[in-house]
Amino acid sequence: MAIEVRIPTILRTHTGGSKTVEGSGSTLGALIDDLDSKHSGLKDRLVTEEGKLHRFVNVYVNDEDVRFTGALDTEVKDGDSVTILPAVAGGC
Amino acid sequence: MLRIDRATYDAIVAHARKDHPDEACGVVAGPEGTERPERFVPMLNAARSPTFYEFDSADLLALYREMDDRDEWPVVVYHSHTATEAYPSRTDIGYASGPAADPRTHYVLVSTRHHGPETGLAGDDVEFRSYRIVDGEVSEEEVEIVESYLFGHSPTTVVYD
Repeated sequence: MAIEVRIPTILRTHTGGSKTVEGSGSTLGALIDDLDSKHSGLKDRLVTEEGKLHRFVNVYVNDEDVRFTGALDTEVKDGDSVTILPAVAGGC
Repeated sequence: MLRIDRATYDAIVAHARKDHPDEACGVVAGPEGTERPERFVPMLNAARSPTFYEFDSADLLALYREMDDRDEWPVVVYHSHTATEAYPSRTDIGYASGPAADPRTHYVLVSTRHHGPETGLAGDDVEFRSYRIVDGEVSEEEVEIVESYLFGHSPTTVVYD
């Protein structure tokens, strides 16, 4: 068992074109570190220099937006499904 | 260039008029990897604001799951400006240049600042323009309106709902 991670189209350049990859870790932050070790460059796209999740990216663990569950500290476990999406917003 | 069918074009403009003075937003999905905006999906502006729009986070997840099931991607992301021109704002450019935003997306901007219900004028006017936004750089593209998008494609590519 592992954690399944769905990758948005533009970030599939880091995963050899794969739509879904697998990783492990006890928190979202650890999972992203694990993914980055296999898919180099992924972490830089998701996490800012200050170590925070990029504000223009939405990440969900199962159905929950991690913004409301502790961001990178959100706990994850085998069998969870993580989805990464571009935030869609703007204004005049 | 954005090639879009008349019915979808009209649906985007109608959505923008209906939600005026708040900004309206949505996507037009199409087969992944193609440039064909085929399925109009109006979204709720979670901000319900005349100066900001935002897809609700749960709606965004549901939308992408649905597109994923149908092997689609968002060919067009549209929203309206209700008091300013149909040109991407700094906020629009910021989001569109985000690390997970696909630069192959066509960003359609509609302005309802001169539309009939706003001005009371008979000859009302809604601007409809399309852009590519890549790493903070905006380039406007031509919009070609075709009468039927499916017309001319081989029947095997047609998806009937």
